[in-house]
Amino acid sequence: MTGTIFDKGLHGRSGKYIPENDCPVDEALLPIQRKSSLGLPRIAEQGVIRHYMELASKNYHIDKGIYPLGSCTMKYNPVVNEEIARDNSFCGLHPAQDEADVQGALELIFNLQEALCEICGMDSFTLQPAAGAHGELTGIMIARDYFRERGEDRKFVIVPDSAHGTNPASVSTCGFTPVTLKSDERGMINPADLKEIISSETAVLMLTLPNTLGLFERDIGKIVKIAHDAGVLIYMDGANMNALMGIVQPGKIGIDIMHLNLHKTFSTPHGGGGPGSGPVGVREHLSAFLPIPGVVKKMDNFEFSWGSEKSIGKVHSYFGNFNVFVKAYAYICRLGAEGLREVSENAIINANYLMELVGRFYDVKYPGPCMHEFVASAVNLKEHGVSTLDVAKRLLDYGVHAPTVYFPLIVKEALMIEPVETEKKETLDSFAEIMEKISYEAANNPDLLHEAPVSTPVRRLDEAYAARNPDFRWHERK
Amino acid sequence: MEIEECLFTKEHEWVSIDGDVVTIGISEYAAGELGDIVFIELPEVGKKVKQMDPVGTIEAVKTVAELFSPVTGEIIEINEEVMDNPEIVNKDPYKEGWFMKIKMDNSSELDVLFSYEEYNDFLGEE
Repeated sequence: MTGTIFDKGLHGRSGKYIPENDCPVDEALLPIQRKSSLGLPRIAEQGVIRHYMELASKNYHIDKGIYPLGSCTMKYNPVVNEEIARDNSFCGLHPAQDEADVQGALELIFNLQEALCEICGMDSFTLQPAAGAHGELTGIMIARDYFRERGEDRKFVIVPDSAHGTNPASVSTCGFTPVTLKSDERGMINPADLKEIISSETAVLMLTLPNTLGLFERDIGKIVKIAHDAGVLIYMDGANMNALMGIVQPGKIGIDIMHLNLHKTFSTPHGGGGPGSGPVGVREHLSAFLPIPGVVKKMDNFEFSWGSEKSIGKVHSYFGNFNVFVKAYAYICRLGAEGLREVSENAIINANYLMELVGRFYDVKYPGPCMHEFVASAVNLKEHGVSTLDVAKRLLDYGVHAPTVYFPLIVKEALMIEPVETEKKETLDSFAEIMEKISYEAANNPDLLHEAPVSTPVRRLDEAYAARNPDFRWHERK
Repeated sequence: MEIEECLFTKEHEWVSIDGDVVTIGISEYAAGELGDIVFIELPEVGKKVKQMDPVGTIEAVKTVAELFSPVTGEIIEINEEVMDNPEIVNKDPYKEGWFMKIKMDNSSELDVLFSYEEYNDFLGEE
C-alpha cells in the first residue's frame, strides 16, 4: 500500500516553492512568530508528481471502465463540458461582481432555470442547493413554510421503503416525523396502503421516482389523487431523472416539488466529494417559497430577484455551485430535447438488457421491465456460503467496479445495477459474462470469492473494525 | 432466562417477561442477517413508547435496522454495555446482548407475539 506523501519525505528536501521574505517585518509581530516547523512534507517536485501519478494509476473511474453503481448514474462526462466550464470568462468570475459585469453568467443561470422547468414540467427552479440531500431539505422546508402560512399543523411525511435513504433524514432534520410506507409485492406503492396511512396530519408524500428498485410507480395517477385529495404535497426525489428526460414531465403528472442531481443526470464528474448541485423545482403555488436570489430577465437584462417575503431564505452562499451549472447547461444545449430523450431511452434499454443477462444467474425479485436500473440479488448463492459482498469483492479482481450492494434494504443481498446510457453493448456483455463466471466460481470454488479481492492494491478491508474504531487522522511515523 | 420461554416479534426481536417488565433483544437469526453490528442507538430511560414505536437503531456494516417496541409502556433500563461494545450483540444476542427493559402498561399486547416454536416456523417461511 502506498504511504502518504508525508511518509515519503526526507529531512532537508523540499520543492522550494516559497521565496525568502524580502519585506521588512513589523517588530510587534515578532513575539507571535511561528517557532515550530510548518509540518509540510519534505519532498521535491518530481517526488510530488510521482506520488500523485501512482495514486491516480490505482484509481478506478468511469474513464477506465464500466461503473455500474446503482443510484449514482456514473455516466461518461463529455470533455466539452469541462472545456467550457474552465473557460476563464466563467471560472475567472467572482460572485460579488456587479450584475452588469456578469450578464453572461446570469443569462446562463436564467437559461438553465428555464431548461430545467421545461424538462421537469415545473414553474420555477432554484439552483442553490449544493447536492441531492440538500435539495431534499430545501424542498421539505418549502413544504413546511407552505403549511405554516396556511395555518395547517401537519406533522408527518410519508416515505415509501423504496425511497432513497436520505429522504427520512431530510424529513427529520426539518422537524417532521417520517412514516414508512411499505411497498407491495410488485415493489411499488399500493394506493390502498397509502389511503390507510394518509391523514389530515400528513404534510408530504415523498417518493423516489423511478424508485430504488428501478421501477416506475404504475399507480402514480391514483397516488397523486389520494395525496392531493388529502391536501398533501407530493415531493419527488428526482435523483433518478436519467430515466425520465423527454418522457415524463413530473410537474405535469402532479408532482408539486422535486429536486434534480445535476451532477448525475446532467453530467458532472462526481463521487469524489463534489461539488454537486441539487436544484429544486416547484409548481406555481409554491414558487414564492423558493430560496432567494433567483435570476430573472427584465427586458434584455438579467438580474437577481430578491423575491417574495415568503421565501425560505438562502440555502447556499451566493448562488450555488456555478461551475456545475455551466457543465449541465453545456450538456443540455449539446444534446437538445431529442438528445435528452435518447439518453433516457438508452439508459432504460441498457438496464433491461443487462437485467435479462444477469437475471439468468442471479435472483431478480422484481423482474420489471425496469427503468434505468435494476436490483438483482446473490441470495441464490447463499447455499454455497457466498454473499453479495463476496461477489462485489470478486468483481474487483476482474477489474470492474462493483455495483451498489445491500441497498435498497427491501431486497436481501441486493446488487443494485445501473449501467447508464453511455456504455455500449459489448461492455454490458462483458460485465454480464464476468457476473456469470463469478456465479460458477461461487458454486465450484467459493473460497475464490471469500478471499477476493486478491489483485487490488489492498486486500479485503475489515470494515467492521474500521466502523467500530474510526481513525481519521494521519499520525506521523516516529 | 431460557430462550425457549421467550416470545418473538415479526421484526425478529425476542421478549422475555418478568411480571410487568419485558426485556428485549434481537434473535440470533437477526444478528446473523445484519452481520457485524458497529453502532447502536437506544432511547433515554424514562421515555414512554407505544407498541411498534421505533425505539432504537442498529447499524451494521452493510445495513441499518430499526428496533421496535413490542409493547406500550415506559423504558426503565437500557443496556449501556451494547452501545459501547456493539459486537456483544453478534456474540451473545440472547444474554449479554439485551437492549432494554420496558415496564408495560398492558400485558394483553403480548398476545400477538410468536412463541419460540411459532417463530421458528415463521423463519422457515421467510
